Amino acid sequence: MDEKALRDLSKHAHVVVSWVGDDGYPVQTPAQFTVDLEEGAVRLAATGLVLPTDRRVNVIASHIRPQPGTGYDQRRYTELWGTLRRDGAEMVLAPDRSWGWDENEVPFFEYAERSNKRGLAYMRALGEERGVEVKPRLSPVWTALLATRLPFLTATVVPVLVGIAVAGRQGYFDLWLAVLTLIGAAAVHIGVNVANDVFDTLSGADDANVNPTQFSGGSRVIQRGLVTLKRMGLISVGAYGVGIAIGLYLVLTRESTELLVIGVLGVLISVFYTAPPLRLVHHGLGEIAVAIGFGPLMVLGAYVVQAEKFTTEPFVASVPIAILIALVLYVNEIPDRRSDAAVGKRTLPVRLSRDAVTAGFLVAVCAAFATLFVAAALGVIPRPAVISLLGLPLALNVYRGIRQYYTSPYELMATMGKNVQLHLVVGMLMFVSYLASIAIDGLLDDPPELLT
Amino acid sequence: MSWIPPSVQRLLDSALVAELTVVNGRGEPVTHPLIPLWDGEAVYMTSAVLFSKKLEHIKRNPRVAVSITDPMACGGLTTRCSIQGDAVVVEDDLHDAWTEVMPLWRKKEPAIDFFLGKRFALPLFFERSVIRITPRRVTWWEDGDPAAEPQVALAEVSNG
Repeated sequence: MDEKALRDLSKHAHVVVSWVGDDGYPVQTPAQFTVDLEEGAVRLAATGLVLPTDRRVNVIASHIRPQPGTGYDQRRYTELWGTLRRDGAEMVLAPDRSWGWDENEVPFFEYAERSNKRGLAYMRALGEERGVEVKPRLSPVWTALLATRLPFLTATVVPVLVGIAVAGRQGYFDLWLAVLTLIGAAAVHIGVNVANDVFDTLSGADDANVNPTQFSGGSRVIQRGLVTLKRMGLISVGAYGVGIAIGLYLVLTRESTELLVIGVLGVLISVFYTAPPLRLVHHGLGEIAVAIGFGPLMVLGAYVVQAEKFTTEPFVASVPIAILIALVLYVNEIPDRRSDAAVGKRTLPVRLSRDAVTAGFLVAVCAAFATLFVAAALGVIPRPAVISLLGLPLALNVYRGIRQYYTSPYELMATMGKNVQLHLVVGMLMFVSYLASIAIDGLLDDPPELLT
Repeated sequence: MSWIPPSVQRLLDSALVAELTVVNGRGEPVTHPLIPLWDGEAVYMTSAVLFSKKLEHIKRNPRVAVSITDPMACGGLTTRCSIQGDAVVVEDDLHDAWTEVMPLWRKKEPAIDFFLGKRFALPLFFERSVIRITPRRVTWWEDGDPAAEPQVALAEVSNG
């Protein structure tokens, strides 16, 4: 017998005993009880209703803690099955089966996630019974937001804006090309987001992940029956199509071989991030691929579209952005590490110990800020860019969150959110510092060195 | 006027959890803790499709029982009861039909509106069936002592 179930049962004050009466209705009675762990049995005190010994009974104990004004929490229950035997005044159940749930052990979101297949099967069966499709519904706007993971486009917006700003500071700016660059890069980003879901579903990674959060575990639209795998494939291809078409237009109009190289590299890295045969993320190259793709390639690409040349400045400016976006992935991989390991995704949190992952974050984030500070101090990027160091407290906050909630996916969510903000805040402060530098250059004939 | 004893109605009005026992395909009882909602005539419970096994059992065998036994979940009321009845699964529109019992649900779990606002995060949790239970027989322990002989009220007798 499951000793844990008996121990769990013993935490409760009373049980409800049920059996099926002769008229076919279940009969229930509350009962006082004790648990005999040595015997592996539940001993029920005498009840006003006569308990049966000739049929199966179910014994359940459940608990909630009322929370006035909201509802309740601390949900847990344990139930056992078996046949009763009389022992003096008591009835004894030596259970042969048990079931239960304790939301402190299995969080509700995980419990729900584990039940997706049952829910979809039920709806499918209902649909077959009625001759119409029965599937979960969500508004088209929400479905699109979820499927494309649109809020994560900040990862694209930041480097593209910085690349455009670097060019702008050097006197190159074309609004139409800037808008096209942003749309093209965003389309490729959507393409890779959706492709990632497709390939993670095909590999089983997303199905194996029962602790998804809004930052990790994919968009879940396939697992939750909102969008089919096939449709997601089409969305991905369509998004890539738009991105590649815009990229080709920019290459042809700017007649830039550099841009062609950047574009091809960007598309290849994004496609083969999870797609076979390379599957970069499966070989422990996911973080580097993301750093390159959403760092130097995006910043340089946006810069080259405007300036039609390569220089050192956009590359240097891209380094902190690259590190911070890789850290977004890195932290988001922490709750996914078990499901990733199960399907052979060798991410850094899969390969490294908890201490190493935590220390790795600290080292990398320090490297990002150090690069920023040194580059600004040396004047490689505008000196006002040191205001980006305002992101440091946020970085420390994320570090503390990783240390504290490493093993708690849902509690880590706030930290993952702050980590996304860290990339956004630092990137936007860099962008603003470039705009300030452009404004100062335009307003002052001989600006002080500290402001340039 | 309802034939349900007043003390049992008070339990139904206040209980945050009840135990719904259904009969599975092997003829065994299976029990599920759920929020009971009461409109004065029927007991309502809702179930997400995620946890739909009970719905399949009810469709196969609509005879069910609902017990309310935890004073802590009933605002301190010590009376305990078990209500046998006939259940119907209402699921014409899994997406919206269950919201008809929202006013009853909201009284017991005000936070449900917050969760419904986050429907996008748990879409399958909000695809729900309603279980409507028409009481046929009520067994209750007025002072809450399960060792005592319970009182019994029958729908047929009270309805004359």
